[in-house]
Amino acid sequence: MASTTAFEPIISGAWGQPKSWTLEHYRKRGGYEALKKALELAPAAIIDEVKKSNLRGRGGAGFPTGLKWSFVPKDSPKPKYLAVNADESEPGTFKDRYILELDPHMMLEGIAIASYALGVHTCYIYIRGEFKFPAERTQAAINEAYAAGIFGKKMMGKDFQLDCYVVRGAGAYICGEETALLESLEGKKGWPRLKPPFPAVVGLFGCPTVVNNVETLASVPHVFSRGADWYAKLGTDKSGGTRLVCLSGTVNRPGVYEVDMNTTITQLIFDDKFGRGLPAGRKVKAVIPGGSSAPVLGADELDVALEFEALKVKQTMAGSGGVIVMDDSSCMVRCLWRVARFYAEESCGQCTPCREGTPWQTRLLRKLEEGRGEPSDLELLSNVASSIAPYPPIGLGNTICALGDAAALPTHSFLMRFRAEFEAHIHEKKCPFGDKPWGAFGDWS
Amino acid sequence: MAEPLFTPEEQKKFDAGIAEIISHYPPDRKSAGMLPALRLLQELKGWLPPEGMRLVARHLEVTPERAYEVASFYVMYHLKKPGKYVIDVCTNLSCALWGAEKMLAYLEQKLGLPAGESNEMFTLRETECLASCGTAPCLQVNEEHHESLTKAKLDELLAKLT
Ligand SMILES: Cc1cc2nc3c(=O)[nH]c(=O)nc-3n(C[C@H](O)[C@H](O)[C@H](O)COP(=O)(O)O)c2cc1C
Ligand code: SF4
Ligand code: FES
Repeated sequence: MASTTAFEPIISGAWGQPKSWTLEHYRKRGGYEALKKALELAPAAIIDEVKKSNLRGRGGAGFPTGLKWSFVPKDSPKPKYLAVNADESEPGTFKDRYILELDPHMMLEGIAIASYALGVHTCYIYIRGEFKFPAERTQAAINEAYAAGIFGKKMMGKDFQLDCYVVRGAGAYICGEETALLESLEGKKGWPRLKPPFPAVVGLFGCPTVVNNVETLASVPHVFSRGADWYAKLGTDKSGGTRLVCLSGTVNRPGVYEVDMNTTITQLIFDDKFGRGLPAGRKVKAVIPGGSSAPVLGADELDVALEFEALKVKQTMAGSGGVIVMDDSSCMVRCLWRVARFYAEESCGQCTPCREGTPWQTRLLRKLEEGRGEPSDLELLSNVASSIAPYPPIGLGNTICALGDAAALPTHSFLMRFRAEFEAHIHEKKCPFGDKPWGAFGDWS
Repeated sequence: MAEPLFTPEEQKKFDAGIAEIISHYPPDRKSAGMLPALRLLQELKGWLPPEGMRLVARHLEVTPERAYEVASFYVMYHLKKPGKYVIDVCTNLSCALWGAEKMLAYLEQKLGLPAGESNEMFTLRETECLASCGTAPCLQVNEEHHESLTKAKLDELLAKLT
């Protein structure tokens, strides 16, 4: 159970307070004290602390942050870079924008600590093009950090130069994938690179580069302000700290909630502190637990913690923290069709299975939803998805990047869990939900 | 003679902007500034006129084809002059569950414009998740977010777009 002891939010604690985004406000809360502590440590010791904290990446893959940092070669004569992933485009995900808008200094402090530990003198914050306001807030905070002697020629009096720039994307989901992000930062179209080599070794401009998510970096100061052990204990065995989850879809109170990693999906949806349940008379039918790429769960599978390992056991993933709820009056074929369309739209087109498979899935789903489906279409749909990436388990993709997996996993999982509904569309030769496929809130007014 | 691309005022902004952009990258990596440079051009002209893209390419020391290739990859760059107000409506899953498709239909009818098309005043487009899923449905007007939209709120917003 999550909340026998009072839960203290550490990332979102200041949200809602007036001027929470200013340096002055951040300093009053002890801001940049963690950086001061970190600057007294040797760079290698900082990386060790982050390893000990069990901090895992919040961008999607959940990769251990300290371990990632340790892959950066120490003796490379090349410059090193930090690229902050603020592309936040995974459907159902809307947490990083609030960090940028409401507490950008927390991320900037994490950037300063990471840069010092890694020997990075240039950091680029790649913010999705649609985030005009978050980018403005971030830039204003950067300006404050320069003026306060945190960025620039010296870091809080220490001889360590760090320059930090905002770069805005221009509308392409694929640029959230770390190597596509690097291509985009190099001024190119966002075509993912084959890995290995990994960015930590060959990244931006061919130089060692760490790519980290906004929330990951905003978590870093907490590892130093109160210690790695304290941070690790907030979480589970393998995953330290708290995490932001984004609750959306058919719930009474959608929003971003900072949770204890033991919090279950059921609690998130129904607890008074969080989602406050569904509208009267409605029940949960399906929940996507980690952004639209994560395999969907059925109503009987929701007593699972919103945490990397627990969700892995269920053959799905914690991903980017986007929890999307669909009620029993929404149409699974329609929902999957919309998700499939997204991946077809966003495929970069480099790999044949993804380029050809994603629109094919979309066409088949449209056909099914419009009542023109034939029994053999389900087999075909499943085969098309498998040709992009078989499932289970997650991660068998035949493609350059994980967008392929992301496109196939929804198809596999919806078909596995809601097959009867797909079959009903074929037998009835129409959508059983008629012109109300979107559930309890689908009628806009 | 063709009109010059920039007014003197715009020219000044462009020159200063390009110099700033280039200063963010290593000296042998000017071309990295492509996305910000195209954004700068679009902020000045409202879209990416071909001669503007050629100019950007010249400053970043790449071929014009490269500028065009990048511009056509990203959906936020306008290769044609859009309407005065570009309205991007998210119809992705979380928004659809809050009525986004109906909202889009309402907009189409109210503006007399099918999604994907433009007139002098408006460009209406369907777009993907805008990271406002918790405040659905949502749309952007010229890159400004508008969230938790009801019919009344949308009408109020539209009334301001003159
Ligand atoms: C198609 C695709 C889209 C992604 N989009 C994002 C994104 O918007 N934001 C993000 O932080 N990570 C995204 N990722 C994950 C990144 O590739 C990368 O794992 C992450 O930025 C690493 O940071 P972390 O270790 O701090 O999580 C995406 C991955 C894929 C395959
Ligand atoms: S999997 Fe899809 S998005 Fe990723 S590189 Fe291949 S074609 Fe591009
Ligand atoms: S689904 Fe519309 S903003 Fe995310």
